[in-house]
Amino acid sequence: MTARIGVVTFPGSLDDRDTQRAIRVAGAEPVALWHKDKDLGQVDAVVLCGGFSYGDYLRAGAIARFSPVMDTVIDQAKAGLPVLGICNGFQILTEAHLLPGGMLGNDHLHFICRDQKLRVENADTAWTGDYTAGQEIHIPLKNMDGRYVADRRTLDELEAEGRVAFRYLDLNPNGSLNDIAGITNAAGNVVGLMPHPEHAVEPLIGTGRTDGLPFFTSILKKLVNA
Amino acid sequence: MSRIPLDTVEHAAETPDTELPWAELGLKKDEYERVVEILGRRPTGAELAMYSVMWSEHCSYKSSKVHLRQFGEKAPESDAMLVGIGENAGVVDVGQGYAVTFKVESHNHPSYVEPYQGAATGVGGIVRDIIAMGARPVAVVDPLRFGAADHPDTKRVLPGVVAGIGGYGNCLGLPNIGGEVVFDACYQGNPLVNAGAIGVMRHEDIHLAKASGAGNKVILYGARTGGDGIGGASILASETFDDAKPSKRPAVQVGDPFQEKLLIECTLEAFAEKLVVGIQDLGAAGLSCATSELASNGSGGMRVTLDDVPLRDSTLSPEEILMSESQERMCAVVEPDKVDRFLEICEKWDVIATVIGEVTDGDRLEIYWHGGKIVDVDPRTVAHEGPVYERPYARPDWQDALQADDANKLPRPQTSDELKAQVLKLVGSPNQASKQWITQQYDHFVQGNTVLAQPEDSGMIRVDEESGLGVALATDGNGRYAKLDPYTGAQLALAEAYRNVATTGAKPLAVSDCLNFGSPEDPAVMWQFSEAVRGLADGCLQLGTPVTGGNVSLYNQTGEAAIHPTPVVAVLGVIDDVARRTPVAFQEEGQLLYLLGDTGEEFGGSAWSQVVHDHLGGLPPKVDLERERLLGEILISASRDGMIDSAHDLSDGGLVQAVVESALLGGKGARLVVPDGLDAFTFLFSESAGRAVVAVPRSEEVRFNDMCGARGLPVTRIGVVDGDAVEVQGEFALPLAELRELHEGTIPGLLA
Repeated sequence: MTARIGVVTFPGSLDDRDTQRAIRVAGAEPVALWHKDKDLGQVDAVVLCGGFSYGDYLRAGAIARFSPVMDTVIDQAKAGLPVLGICNGFQILTEAHLLPGGMLGNDHLHFICRDQKLRVENADTAWTGDYTAGQEIHIPLKNMDGRYVADRRTLDELEAEGRVAFRYLDLNPNGSLNDIAGITNAAGNVVGLMPHPEHAVEPLIGTGRTDGLPFFTSILKKLVNA
Repeated sequence: MSRIPLDTVEHAAETPDTELPWAELGLKKDEYERVVEILGRRPTGAELAMYSVMWSEHCSYKSSKVHLRQFGEKAPESDAMLVGIGENAGVVDVGQGYAVTFKVESHNHPSYVEPYQGAATGVGGIVRDIIAMGARPVAVVDPLRFGAADHPDTKRVLPGVVAGIGGYGNCLGLPNIGGEVVFDACYQGNPLVNAGAIGVMRHEDIHLAKASGAGNKVILYGARTGGDGIGGASILASETFDDAKPSKRPAVQVGDPFQEKLLIECTLEAFAEKLVVGIQDLGAAGLSCATSELASNGSGGMRVTLDDVPLRDSTLSPEEILMSESQERMCAVVEPDKVDRFLEICEKWDVIATVIGEVTDGDRLEIYWHGGKIVDVDPRTVAHEGPVYERPYARPDWQDALQADDANKLPRPQTSDELKAQVLKLVGSPNQASKQWITQQYDHFVQGNTVLAQPEDSGMIRVDEESGLGVALATDGNGRYAKLDPYTGAQLALAEAYRNVATTGAKPLAVSDCLNFGSPEDPAVMWQFSEAVRGLADGCLQLGTPVTGGNVSLYNQTGEAAIHPTPVVAVLGVIDDVARRTPVAFQEEGQLLYLLGDTGEEFGGSAWSQVVHDHLGGLPPKVDLERERLLGEILISASRDGMIDSAHDLSDGGLVQAVVESALLGGKGARLVVPDGLDAFTFLFSESAGRAVVAVPRSEEVRFNDMCGARGLPVTRIGVVDGDAVEVQGEFALPLAELRELHEGTIPGLLA
């Protein structure tokens, strides 16, 4: 059997088709979800993909958080549904308070697109089981508002509980506090990160690395073995 | 304009002596008189608005038309061409049932006035052209030219343009895979912001801009119409800049990429359900263009009720509504029984859609406002039968002196140290330096099909996931060469783009162009233009790559000073399997470096003459298109058969520039030996055309040499991939770390 993984399309979502492809490449079944539908169609996990939902003219993710589909995603995530937020998806997860902190504009004020080196800090989440803790990977990064911020107490908590899932290496591309590239909730089912693993699943495409594929194989294994 | 009474057709007929502001709208006196002659009466205010924008240089090509005809007359036989010049964009067959549409357009004038919005809406416009053909846009490219890199105004214009291209393109989800960034003082005050896009569709999905079938509905959808961009095509893009005139900022449009993204998705969904008979995007000249183009290309006439156009500003006059260039709007012709479904799809995407008219039996375009008929014209006279000028042209008297000022006679480096110093100066010069600071502000990963992106020789996109079919696109232009000899300069641009496509392993198929020149009212500029068009048309005929469409941007000059003639040429190629693509970066130490082609003493217009001597004179490199074709065939065969692991075309900056780039991208150095018969200086800096450097695995050496020998392509072994320096034996060795710092530090140093 395989797993059915939903990918939400908001107006302004850009990486929905890429994310569906990545899910397919990993061997799972992608299911297209629409922002106006509360019904998640019995999917086993959800990915909130990159883009500029509703144009993001207010604050990245601030409007998407109130969409009908998110009502269900928030409820089910709290009940344990695995949810991965990539870039705009990460921003939406923080706006929805499924993950702590928030994202500000990059400290250099430019959009930045680069092949980013990361360290996997937590290989125990639903989405990182196929990595090993401490593993160094390259994942494309592309964003305007990628500077992760949180108050000191939240940061200390994240660090103490091992909830920093990914950290930028060599170069902090946006001024994120503690070089944080991605975090997880305490239960490990909700993970958000700014870099784009769905752009690193085929050897020929993009940067030519497949360092992002384990995100999708991790969740597949977890769901199939569950 | 007159509000009371409404200036209807009837009213115009009754008041023949009413003075109209034709001059303010950019029409010449004889052009206005021609409008009166066509109509048999004075035009209404609304008709005048339409004629003035549609007969502008930007929309009518009135100065360039007589020359552009050569692209059709000299078109080579090609099985690949599905839709040619005249539609929103040309369409090319790339095999396996796929068709590709591509085009390059200019947004030069608005980008100088308001860099961010000017550049952003340039991307928006070209992308709508692609959608209007029925295709999903899959990539954009941006050939850019700015004034001197260290000029204070460049620091205003460039970051705004780059942020605008990124801000719009990134938000649309289109990978930016190529383009150019060139600095030259001649573009000070007239930056060139060209934008190109590629779209992919199945053959059966090709759509055209025509309104046919009486009773079919005309639907305007997308953004509401506002007061922005009024006169963009006529007053802004078709006149030279002049300090004495008022600011033209209000003529620049403002873009909303989110709205455009919705427009893309909703249009493609409507296409997929076969709901659309004809379609046209609203760009330059807005509704005036869309209605007159659709009506004149179809079989019937059209009746439009302007009151039904959704407005952002309810005080707009009908003339303003017709001239507005508000962005993110499209116009579709839909059969009556499919209108509901079309509107449903628009609603799904939260896109405003309104039926504003219908196709009629007659052959007139009639537009109503508040119940009165304010336009009654033959749409062909608006869209296609505008004035055509045979502008006088003459070879300028300074051309001989310029060509006689031979760059080959400039002082050359005398010692190894001087040679090394000049290499460093070249590699760190703004034009030759890495443009990473710029290109990393563009998303090149989105859509998950990007095989190659800048700084590769051409951008490459996978079209089919199963078969690996892909397309490649390169854009090139060299204003310095074209200034020295416009005919040759245009052919060199074509040759370079052709070579860049072939270098990555793709077979060149078709050409689009963006011709950027000064004022057509200057005979010297018209001569440059006519020579460049002749050169390009002759070149395309010889290479067998038809011109599928293009764009002309004139009046790129401030006062008397025109830009260098700058034909930018885009070549589209196809590759059967993207797994065979050849990258620029050196892959493995020990691989052998070969120089393909002949190297002569050709320094006219070269980067070396600019960087070391601040000189422009002499003749540009010679063009041999048969050689280019042979070189292309060798590069494509070698890629297909796995004989080369990296390749880089040689162009501005010559061999040393190419080797440094391949070394830095691969993180592997090179040891070079100056071949017999060449001096080190010529070997490193010559810009002879028709050349490339390739890295050949040792196991393929014999096979590769045999292939070149059998086909008669000169091939010279020049060294090996090795170490962590670029070394020229007996001359110098430059550590990669030092080269990298120089190459990558220049642009951020100037602009960040």
